This record gives sequence, structure tokens and C-alpha cells, in this order.
Amino acid sequence: MKRLLILGLLLLPLLAVAATPTYPFDTPEQEKRFQTLSAQLRCLVCQGQAIGDSNADLAVDMRKEVHRMIVEGQSDQEIVDYMVARYGDFVLFKPPVNASTYLLWFGPFVLALIGVWVLFTLVRRHRAPAELSPEERARLQKLLDNEERR
Amino acid sequence: MKRGLIPLVVFLVLAVFLGIGLMLRPNEVPSPMIGKPAPAFSAPRLHNPEQTLTEADLQGEVSVLNVFASWCVPCREEHPYVSALAERVPVYGLNYKDERADSVAWLQRFGNAYRAIAYDRDGKIGMDWGVYGVPETFILDRNGVIRHKHIGVIDARSLREEIMPIIEQLRAEGS
Repeated sequence: MKRLLILGLLLLPLLAVAATPTYPFDTPEQEKRFQTLSAQLRCLVCQGQAIGDSNADLAVDMRKEVHRMIVEGQSDQEIVDYMVARYGDFVLFKPPVNASTYLLWFGPFVLALIGVWVLFTLVRRHRAPAELSPEERARLQKLLDNEERR
Repeated sequence: MKRGLIPLVVFLVLAVFLGIGLMLRPNEVPSPMIGKPAPAFSAPRLHNPEQTLTEADLQGEVSVLNVFASWCVPCREEHPYVSALAERVPVYGLNYKDERADSVAWLQRFGNAYRAIAYDRDGKIGMDWGVYGVPETFILDRNGVIRHKHIGVIDARSLREEIMPIIEQLRAEGS
């Protein structure tokens, strides 16, 4: 009796697997495209997550839509365009390069350049006193001469 | 400039940027639909399923499409303001991913000021309009072009300072 109970409990998780909605595809390539697209499209409700990682209602709807379009034979570009037309560039984790995203794409490089410039000026300023002016050199020489004479 | 001032300046710049960051509302994603004709749809009406509501019904005068659902708690909060708005401009409803009986009961309880309501059982129309949360409200000009989208609850202030001025401005256009 106890064994039977343990066996039953062990098999219980399989029910959960069976309950997850699956998206049937004709070919493994379609399945792969579905996985890739699900990872590229952002869920607008839970904004840090891709639609493939989210169980929000909207993400489920968007996955269904991606599935439908793949099965109907639409290209990846067509599917991405469909989502962008509705939800804007925000739906893409990798936004396109255009006037409103220049800061996003090139800002880090500009900041890095500023950092390099600051670093160079600091280093140069630090080194500057090593060079003595002629007057200082003369004075140093004089001090050293006095030292030797003593 | 005195050296000691540099950390203070860096702090102030950071504080300003963080302050701006706090005032942004990242959950309001700008809609690419603004300035585009309303997406075509044809849906059964909520109360008379044998009749349909299409995007053409919204044309002819400045109108409003309010996306709501009976399961949406913030919709209750904005409902009195939507009803007040409906006294001044035709407000159409898009009943989003809802059970028909639930929303009919909800409207009986809270009042129905909508001119007509499209029933979007599976959220397909919502997706075409770029709806990602309820409530959402679209303002359309007389040609049926989407001119504004309000995301989230409408309250007295957004009604007075945002929605009504836009409606007045659209009415003044080309009249």
C-alpha cells in the first residue's frame, strides 16, 4: 500500500508536464524559429521578460500569434514587423538603430571616450611636475653644490 | 574650480538623472498607432450579438474607444469618469477578453454610458490596436485616425487636463 502511494506520488509531476500548453509544429525548423522569436520579443506587461519566459496573459496571446503566423508560413521578418506595428520598437529586445535610439546605441562609446580623455588628462597632470623649469634646475644644482661643499 | 567641489557636482548630476528616472513611467509604452487610421475590425456587439460594430462606425465625428473588462479592477475606478466623458463625446467600448454575461452584469451594476460596445472575446482586436493592459483609451478624429492613447485609469485630472483639451482641439480642426 505504502509502495503504491510512493509510486503514485512519483508519477504525479508528469501530470504537470502534460498540462503545459504545447505548440505543435510541422518541422523542427519551425519549432526552432518559434523558440528564437519567443526569446527576441519582449512582453509589454512584465517588461524585463521575453514572451517565451512570461506567463502573463498578453505573452500567452503573443506566443499563440507567433505560432499561428509560423504555421501559416510567414517569415521571421513579417512576424517581427507585425509585432512592431502594434507595440512599437519597445517590443524588440534589440531595438533598431534610428534617430531616437542613437543615444542608446552610441552613448556608451561616447562615455568611454570621455573616460579615456579624463584618464589621459589626469595622468598627464600627474606627470607634469617631473619636468623642471630651467630656473628650478639651476636652483637644484645650486642646492646640490652646497651639499657637496659641506 | 576648487577640487573639493568635483564630488558635489558629480553627486548633483547623478541626483538630477535619478530624479528624472523616477518621474518617467516605463509602464507607459508610446504607441506606434498614433497618427494611423484605426485598425479594421468587425465584432459582435456586447448586448446585441447579431449586430456588428466596425471601425467605420467610429468615423464621422471625434470619438473615443475605451478598452475595459469586468475583471479589470481599475476599470471600476475610472468608470464614472468614462461615463462623464460619454456625455460630451461618443464613447465606444471594447470589451476585452471577457465573459459576455460577466460584462453585461458589470455594466448593469456600474452603469452603461457607451454608445456601442464591441465584444472582443479572444483579444484579437485588442492585439491589432496594440492593447497591452486595461484600461486603455483611444481618441480618434472625425476621419477615424487614432490621435491619442491614454494608458491606465482616467481620473478627474486626466479628463480635464489631457483628454478634453485634445477632443476640443480635434473638433476645432478643419471645422
